[in-house]
Amino acid sequence: MAADDTVLRVEHLTMRFGGLVAINDLSFEVERGTITALIGPNGAGKTTVFNCITGFYKPTEGRIALHRGDATVWHALDALTDSGKRGIVRPDGALFLLERMPDHLVAQQARVARTFQNIRLFPGMTVLENLLVAQHNALMVASGYTLLGVLGFPSYAAAERAALDKARGWLDRFGLLARADDPAGDLPYGAQRRLEVVRAMCTEPVLLCLDEPAAGLNPRESAELNDLLLGIRDDHSLSILLIEHDMSVVMGISDSVVVLDYGVKIADGTPETVRNDQKVIAAYLGVADEDVAKVEAAVGL
Amino acid sequence: MAAGAHTGRVDMAGALRSAGFTGVVAFGLFLPLIAFKTDVDGSNQLVLTTRWPLFLALVAVCSASRFFYALLVGPWLARRALRPARPRPAWRNTIANWLVPCGIGFLVLYPAIVFFTAGFSGGQKWIDNLGVQILIYVMLGWGLNIVVGLAGLLDLGYVAFYAVGAYSYALLAKTFGLSFWLLLPLAGILSSFWGVLLGFPVLRLRGDYLAIVTLAFGEIIRLILINWVALTNGYAGIISIPRPTFFGIPFTAGDDGFAAVFGLPFSPLYRITFLYYLILALALITCFVTVRLRRLPIGRAWEALREDEIACRSLGINTTNTKLTAFALGAMFAGFAGSFFAAREAFISPESFTFIESATILSIVVLGGMGSQIGVVIAAIVMIGGTELLRELDFLKDVFGPTFDPTQYRMLLFGFALVAIMIWRPRGLIATREPSVFLKERKTISAEMVKEGRG
Ligand SMILES: Nc1ncnc2c1ncn2[C@@H]1O[C@H](COP(=O)(O)OP(=O)(O)OP(=O)(O)O)[C@@H](O)[C@H]1O
Ligand SMILES: [Mg+2]
Repeated sequence: MAADDTVLRVEHLTMRFGGLVAINDLSFEVERGTITALIGPNGAGKTTVFNCITGFYKPTEGRIALHRGDATVWHALDALTDSGKRGIVRPDGALFLLERMPDHLVAQQARVARTFQNIRLFPGMTVLENLLVAQHNALMVASGYTLLGVLGFPSYAAAERAALDKARGWLDRFGLLARADDPAGDLPYGAQRRLEVVRAMCTEPVLLCLDEPAAGLNPRESAELNDLLLGIRDDHSLSILLIEHDMSVVMGISDSVVVLDYGVKIADGTPETVRNDQKVIAAYLGVADEDVAKVEAAVGL
Repeated sequence: MAAGAHTGRVDMAGALRSAGFTGVVAFGLFLPLIAFKTDVDGSNQLVLTTRWPLFLALVAVCSASRFFYALLVGPWLARRALRPARPRPAWRNTIANWLVPCGIGFLVLYPAIVFFTAGFSGGQKWIDNLGVQILIYVMLGWGLNIVVGLAGLLDLGYVAFYAVGAYSYALLAKTFGLSFWLLLPLAGILSSFWGVLLGFPVLRLRGDYLAIVTLAFGEIIRLILINWVALTNGYAGIISIPRPTFFGIPFTAGDDGFAAVFGLPFSPLYRITFLYYLILALALITCFVTVRLRRLPIGRAWEALREDEIACRSLGINTTNTKLTAFALGAMFAGFAGSFFAAREAFISPESFTFIESATILSIVVLGGMGSQIGVVIAAIVMIGGTELLRELDFLKDVFGPTFDPTQYRMLLFGFALVAIMIWRPRGLIATREPSVFLKERKTISAEMVKEGRG
């Protein structure tokens, strides 16, 4: 059984594209309120793992369980799996089998938010509008599924004000408030990356999946982003799953690391243990295990 | 394009080269189309006639206009693109602020203005042929704008929903004698029902595929209308459809007619004026609802869908339902317009719902600038009003001879208008986007940012 404060449990996940095995029998867990880094060389299958978790791909095999609330809800996992249902929601918590859910329900019900490796904002809409779209489902209910909204009921106006306040709070925190009324496509690259994180946060996720959030950022921006991520982890006891190539980021902020190579997990554990793992070093440097020491000496690790 | 067009320099050699190339293309194109012509002579035989002067003149015109474009217009456009954008002058903001109230005021007063200037006799022409006709297309344009402009779904079969609305009204009014005011919402509901029915299987397709399937749907509806003779009376159409009443009082010459009840002399103008205000109200409702929806979550979701569907799904938006609502709402407004059309004409047949109607409505949306409400109005006035005005150009008969009919050149002018827009304003007349919400200042978003949607 999973540890008490596990949020996400991936078991025997396999994803095949025709003959290509992108992920092979991958299992790992994400603890509540921690940052877990998913690393590996190019084409290792990291983004594919994200796509499976967030419902964009249907895994060939395996189980992906997401939990919130009381730890005892985990006991219902096997019963839920046998029942063929997507998830259970109880007063004391909820449990979902993500591999059974379509992408929008993973976001809406299981509350898993994600960002994309190649930024996917709504470039023609303002920063603020981007954040209101993120609160779509809550606002939709407040607008009486559009009916009350069209008739101009005051309850919707109040809900929209609350949504705007929330957006303003997040923008302020991520240093984007001054750009709130600019089109998202006009922002500099680093700000777009941050905005994508902010937009994901506006959906109030329990698990945030970030696909290379620091890619293309300069060292200063990257360090700022680290602080922000640590901040939201602590303030919202949010669990973050992070794909990252920059080892300084990975080592700096993650609480645990999972290493993939050709779709296979080759190591996991704390950053310390992973850093010293021979297999990991070999995979990253692209040399045979026995040559690692030589190369390490050469690059001064 | 000539090299000069990119740098803004005058490039004579490049212009000559591209003019020569255009000449060759025009030569190849016009040789079979213009130079040779077949006629049937008295003994029922085909004779080949040649029209070399006309042919050569057209090739020369094409070549020369390409020459001047490459030499002068192209470089001028390039220079203009390089100039830094100036901020909008204050007077333009003032105009923008007053445009809508003044426009609505003008539309409300329009029948009165017509009576004063053109008298009662001109009323028929200016109110019915021009005013009502344009307003129908404005309304259809606004309806389609929800689907194409906001949600970014290319729908080439929009006229199908217009037809469903028209036939719903015609059949239900004739068979059950139900009143216009009951059938108007019912026709809208039936149309949106068909919108959902079509949307369900189709909306998983994207871009070009969606366009083709909607095109086919439009044709299917038309073929059903033609072939299901028992219900629709086929090509012959449905005649003597009940006309709308003034809240129960018919516009007839009888004793219980509108004129008699209000103690006025009988005139068909009352009905025309009434129809004008009816379609004006329907169009304004369409506009009001659309503007309102844009500021609601559903409208923002439509626009977000147009910008990036995958991102929408990652934010928990049910994209299928969101697309369906856009489809259904667009169809509903077409249904309203359709039932109005049937009630106004009192006669409908499949002829009125051909693909060219869909194309006209779509060109109004595209010309106006996708997503822009005002743009649709301008484009509808230009396209529909323009073609109506072609009938007025009788003096052209003096120039080109008595057989010359300017309305025959409608499609040619459409084509010119579209090509001109593609060159000068590829994103439509009003291509900028107004944000639906703002914190400090409403900044207009330039067209380069806004996506057109891929279905
Ligand atoms: N939809 C798909 N169809 C076919 N093959 C795919 C698909 N998505 C991913 N793959 C393949 O799966 C493998 C893993 O890809 P993935 O994008 O997950 O790698 P990654 O670890 O994210 O790499 P990078 O660091 O470059 O982002 C690659 O070989 C890729 O070509
Ligand atoms: Mg990737």
